[in-house]
This record gives sequence, C-alpha cells and structure tokens, in this order.
Amino acid sequence: MQLHGWGRFPRKDANLLEPSSPESFLEIVSEKEIAGSLIARGAGRSYGDSALADTVLSSRFLDSFLEINSTNDTIRCGAGVSMDTLLKVVIPYGLFLPVLPGTKYVSVGGAIAADIHGKNHHQDGSFCDHVERFSLLLSSGKTIECSPTENKDAFCATCGGMGLTGVILEVTLKLEKVPSVTIQRKSIPAANLEECMDLIEENEESKHSVAWVDCLAKGEELGRSVLHLAEHSQIGTKEYRSRKGPSIPFSTPSFLINKFTTQLFNNSLYKLRKQTAKRRSVNYDAYFFPLDNIRNWNRLYGGKGFIQYQLVLPLETARSGLREIIDRVSESGKGSFISVLKKFGNKNENLLSFPIAGYTLTLDFKNEKKVFPLLKQLDEIVLANKGRLYLAKDSRMSEDVFKSSYLSWEKFLEIKTELDPECRFASLQSTRLGLT
Amino acid sequence: MNILLIGATSAIAKAVSRLYAERNARLFLIARNEARLKVLADDLTVRGAQSVDFHVMDLADTENHANAVSNAKSALENIDLALICHGSLPDQETCESDFEQAAQEIKVNGLSVISLCTEISKLLKEKKSGTIAVITSVAGDRGRQSNFIYGASKSMVSTYLQGLRGKLLPHDVHILDIRPGLVDSPMTAGLEKGVLWSSPESIATKIVNSIDKKKHTVYVPGYWRIIMATVRSIPEVLFKRMKF
Ligand SMILES: Cc1cc2nc3c(=O)[nH]c(=O)nc-3n(C[C@H](O)[C@H](O)[C@H](O)COP(=O)(O)OP(=O)(O)OC[C@H]3O[C@@H](n4cnc5c(N)ncnc54)[C@H](O)[C@@H]3O)c2cc1C
Ligand SMILES: NC(=O)c1ccc[n+]([C@@H]2O[C@H](COP(=O)([O-])OP(=O)(O)OC[C@H]3O[C@@H](n4cnc5c(N)ncnc54)[C@H](OP(=O)(O)O)[C@@H]3O)[C@@H](O)[C@H]2O)c1
Repeated sequence: MQLHGWGRFPRKDANLLEPSSPESFLEIVSEKEIAGSLIARGAGRSYGDSALADTVLSSRFLDSFLEINSTNDTIRCGAGVSMDTLLKVVIPYGLFLPVLPGTKYVSVGGAIAADIHGKNHHQDGSFCDHVERFSLLLSSGKTIECSPTENKDAFCATCGGMGLTGVILEVTLKLEKVPSVTIQRKSIPAANLEECMDLIEENEESKHSVAWVDCLAKGEELGRSVLHLAEHSQIGTKEYRSRKGPSIPFSTPSFLINKFTTQLFNNSLYKLRKQTAKRRSVNYDAYFFPLDNIRNWNRLYGGKGFIQYQLVLPLETARSGLREIIDRVSESGKGSFISVLKKFGNKNENLLSFPIAGYTLTLDFKNEKKVFPLLKQLDEIVLANKGRLYLAKDSRMSEDVFKSSYLSWEKFLEIKTELDPECRFASLQSTRLGLT
Repeated sequence: MNILLIGATSAIAKAVSRLYAERNARLFLIARNEARLKVLADDLTVRGAQSVDFHVMDLADTENHANAVSNAKSALENIDLALICHGSLPDQETCESDFEQAAQEIKVNGLSVISLCTEISKLLKEKKSGTIAVITSVAGDRGRQSNFIYGASKSMVSTYLQGLRGKLLPHDVHILDIRPGLVDSPMTAGLEKGVLWSSPESIATKIVNSIDKKKHTVYVPGYWRIIMATVRSIPEVLFKRMKF
C-alpha cells in the first residue's frame, strides 16, 4: 500500500499493519520473519518520511482510554488516541491539554515521538514535559515502563526519538486545569520582522504567542506580520467543540499555488488580521486549529505534494539569521502559504527534541525541482547560525546537516542500540540521516 | 438510555458504543474476548458511560443466549436498545467444499442473530417499548459468486427482521436493519481500500442517527442504496456471468 506523510512527499510502498491490541503488536514485533525496516505510525501528520518503512505499524486501534483521574489531573490512554478525542473527554472536567500542535488530529504517540511544541512553548515547554510515563514495546518483545525517573535513558531517547526506540503503547499525561476553553485573543500587526520580534519579547507573559509572517514582502516590509497572543478566558464555555469544515476531495493542480495566489493569500491575510487588531473571544478550536477547518488542505499543493521547512535559531543569532532567511525566501518568490514565527523557551533533556531557546520559523514550499537548491542554501544559513531543522517536518535534510546540528545524536544512537540491538526500528528518514 | 451491545468488540460496535457513552448511557456488552471487553469497558467509562457491565461468551453457542440476555436484563433493569453487531467474513471457497464450515458461518452470521432476537423480543414485548437494531450487510441484497454464504446468512436475517417488525408493531417495539457497505475494520484488514470505503466511526454516527429516527432499513452510507438497487436490477442472464 502506498503511504506518505502530510506533505504527500515522499511516498513509499509499505506493508501497513493495524494490530487491534497491544498483544498483537507484541506478536508482530516478536515475529522475526518480518523483513526490512519497521516503524510505528500514528495519524500520519508528520510531513515527511519519519513514519515510512517497509513495514508500518499503525496505532489506529490503540485508541482506548484506561483511566481519568480528576483528583491529580492525569489521564491514561493508548498511543493512538488523538488530541481531538482527548479534548472531547477532558474538557468537561475543566481540564485541557497543556501542549497542542496546529492540528487536533495528531496521535499521542506521534506527539511524544516528535516531542511536539505548541504556541505556549516559551512558558510551558514541549509535550513530553507533561508526560508522566508511557509503556514502550521493544524489538525484543519486552515492554518497559518509561518516565523521567524510571528508565530515564529510554524516556529521553523516545521523547523526540521519532519512533526509533520502539512502539509507545500506553501513555499517562498530566493535564492542565483551565477556567474555560474560550480563548481571549489579541492580534497585533507588525510592520516588519524587527517590530514583530520586539512585540514578541514585550509580550512574553502572554501564555500563547505566535506570529503569522508574510514571507514575500520585501525591503522595509520584510517580515511584516501579525502577532497573535492568547489566554484562556476566565469566563467562557466549558464545552468541547469540533468544527467540521469542507474537505478537499482530491489533489488540485498545483498551479493553483503559484506565486500569484500565494501572494494574494498572504496579502489578504495581513489586511484581515490588521482589521481585527484588538481583543476578541474565540473558541479554542478556531484559535488552535485554524487549518483543521478545511480537511485535506494538503491536497491543494497538487499531486507532487509539498515540503514544510521548520527551523530554529538560537537567541544570539535569531535576529540576523531570520532576516537572512526571509530575505532569501522572499527573493526566490517561492514563499509559502503560511509562515509561522514563534519564540521557544529553554530546551529539555530529550536527546532529539527540536526546541532550543530561540526563534522558530515554519515555511511551506511546493515540491518542485527548483526548491531543493533553495532549501540547501537555507540549510547553510541555519547551520551557520547554530540552528537546526524539525524532524517531524523534514523529508530531505542531509546526514551532514543533521549530525552537525543535533549534537546529541551519538548519545541517542547509543541508547537506541541498547534498546534495539538488531536495529529493527528504522524509517526512510532515519536511514537518510545515518541513524540506522 | 440502557443499551445491550452484542459483538461489542467489533470495530463498528466499539465506535457506536463510544457515541452512547458520550450520551452517558448505561451499557451492557457481550463478546467473546474477555481482555478486550475489559479494555472497552474502561474506555467507555472514561468517555462518560453511566455504567458498563459485560458478559463473555462465544455467540455461536445459541444455547447460552437466554442466559446472557437475562444477565443483561438484570444489569440494565430495562433494555431500551439492543444492537447486534457480531459477524464473520468467511472464506467463500472453503465454504463451497466444506459444508461443516459453511454451516458454522451460517450459524454465526444468521442463526445466532435470530436466536438473540428471539430472546430479546420476549423482553421488549413485555415492556412494550425498545429497539432491536441488527447489522446485516449489503452482501445480503444479492448472491454474488465471491461471497454468497455470507450473503445468504445476512439476507436470512434481513428477511427475518422484516417479519419481526410487523409482528412486534403492536407491542411498540422497533426493528432496524442496518446494511453497511464497505467498512475499513479488522474484518476487512487484508483488502485494498478505495473511495467506497467508510470508517467505523462514520458508520457509527449514521447508525446512531438511524436509531434516533426510528428508521426501518438503512444503507450506510446512504449511497449504497443506489449502488445495491443497481446491482439488483442487473438481469440474471448477465449477473450469473459476473465474478465480483
Ligand atoms: C497542520 C499541522 C500542524 C502542525 N502543527 C504543529 C505544531 O504546532 N507543533 C509541532 O510540534 N508539530 C506540529 N505538527 C507536526 C505534528 O505534530 C507531528 O508531526 C506529530 O509527530 C504527528 O503525529 P502523528 O500521530 O500524526 O504521527 P505520524 O506522523 O504518524 O508519525 C510521526 C513520528 O512519530 C512516530 N510515532 C507515531 N506513533 C508512535 C508510537 N505509538 N510509538 C512510537 N513512535 C510513534 C512515527 O514513527 C514517526 O516517527 C503539525 C502538523 C500538521 C499537519
Ligand atoms: N467491515 C465491513 O465491510 C462490513 C460490511 C457490511 C457489514 N459488516 C458487518 O458489520 C458487523 C461488524 O463488523 P466489523 O466490520 O466491525 O468487523 P469486526 O471488527 O471484525 O467485527 C466482527 C466481530 O464479530 C465478532 N464475532 C465473530 N464471531 C463471533 C462469535 N462466534 N462469537 C462472538 N463474537 C464473534 C468478532 O469477535 P472477535 O473480535 O473476538 O473476533 C468481532 O468483534 C458484522 O456483522 C459484519 O458482518 C461489515
């Protein structure tokens, strides 16, 4: 069966297995006959090739809840449960997920494997900072319990480890108490990158902070943007809500996303946001997951798919580095639909986790030949500025770039080898990056 | 609402039970795998079910049906809805050469359902309310070469339900025949999936809707009504040559 990530590039013919219980996962993993590489897959919302291998083990049926404890605000569930389903269950208790990505359709397992971050990273850290424990199925067929205190090495290698240590089966999460799920949003337009970053620094006490950047604007307006700040409203609804917008039924011809339409989109977006440069109450679903309202929007990039490029630069180099990157992108005219800028807080102990104290920028590019040389140039700027790229978005980074930016890779490999001596868990990505 | 779910660990049943858990229903589950029943019971509790009890049995053992249904009755007090979901997709070739196998499949997909309906009808008749909903299949609409033991069992149930519907009308008991098309569940794990396939979750939403609306026979998704009308309209001279 042909599989791909959210970017619809690359694709791979894989043997997709959907075990219906943890026991059947164990049977499959213990079965030495399965030749080739083996990797877990959640909701397939990573963009590149991290969940692609010869045999792919879907966590689709690990979708059960085990327990909710409203005294100490924890929930235990299977790794295949989605953020959406979690929200549906926890919101009525006055609880919320402490870290949410830009789509509610990722699985808990995928969230741990990529140690995902939300718009509140500068205050609350990343997803795994709120994971109390999980069970991990190793290639030996043994299941171990991992937490920040138990099997700590395995914990730190699995959080952000892109599925390479084993299959996460059951997870205990710490939840957050919230006064309501209504979000007070404040949007502030910024004339350029400098101004935007100043605004971000000035508003650090705001819980959620993220800027939408127009990466096509040039000169004075380079990096013009809108900063969205948000808090949970003290008074508001405590009801779960999930909008179900229209779906893009098939890949549209990719010329729909050419320079012109992208520019148009970015322009109108800027104007739209400018008008609403004041406080507004919005539902959490609209605030956290604006893109979920159009299902399968990834098909808009055409049959060949697209590439998402997310980088982070440390604080010291962020201002000049980002300017250089946005400059290069705006010059190329290959700018993306949506570029997102956000400030990260400090890094955690997980070996391959992406966030480091600094600024992260996310760009989308249609998959076309001319984009690859541009991305190579961006890689060089990122490296020169001591930054790195996010593995959950990556489909093309070279081994060199990876190893010279993820400096703990050797330590990671040591632990992986201990947990998976025959190196059965491997993905297209891990092979490309020289990890397997 | 008090609900008896039979074949509760099936993918479709699981999805339906979660929707009722969200409505804070009281649930009684019957299936043959105890470990998976336990997991499901915990899951439904977290999702909001008021109470969840279960009973473990092989549903082919029709002699134990009365006992199982009476357990459900004692746990739930009243049964407002009984949903029968279990089924098995046999290997047609094997069934053609091995009657024992065919008979077993007919028992699981056909006779066991009739036996359960018999027991449940007694309770609902007495109570003078409630719904019996059964998952049959579009495969029962016409006997196809590739799948007619399964199809025959399902159409037996559909025909039975038509009669039962009339019989129970004076007792205010409602009968729903649910005919899914192609569903991406463990039953169809090995098959290549295309555009006509639905997820158990989307099927479940449609099932719950049909139960709410007291429908008689539903195709899920609805377009299968048109597809099957077309399939039924193919002249037999042609149809007998079709290998699908
Ligand atoms: C619209 C959109 C917005 C996004 N916004 C953000 C964001 O704001 N912040 C952010 O950090 N990320 C974001 N992402 C990326 C996404 O959160 C990550 O890629 C996440 O890993 C996806 O989870 P998944 O369940 O889809 O995993 P998959 O894509 O299926 O898999 C991703 C990785 O996780 C591993 N994995 C999955 N399940 C398991 C398991 N049970 N055990 C072991 N390994 C497992 C896989 O092997 C693979 O390496 C976004 C993605 C999209 C499409
Ligand atoms: N999937 C489709 O495309 C499709 C299409 C039309 C109709 N249907 C019907 O939909 C219903 C649900 O199926 P599904 O798609 O959800 O597949 P499923 O998950 O495989 O469900 C079938 C269930 O039936 C149970 N079962 C089979 N024989 C049993 C027995 N002797 N005793 C107890 N339980 C038994 C199985 O139990 P175990 O889990 O213990 O094996 C399983 O839970 C079935 O009636 C099926 O015929 C399905």
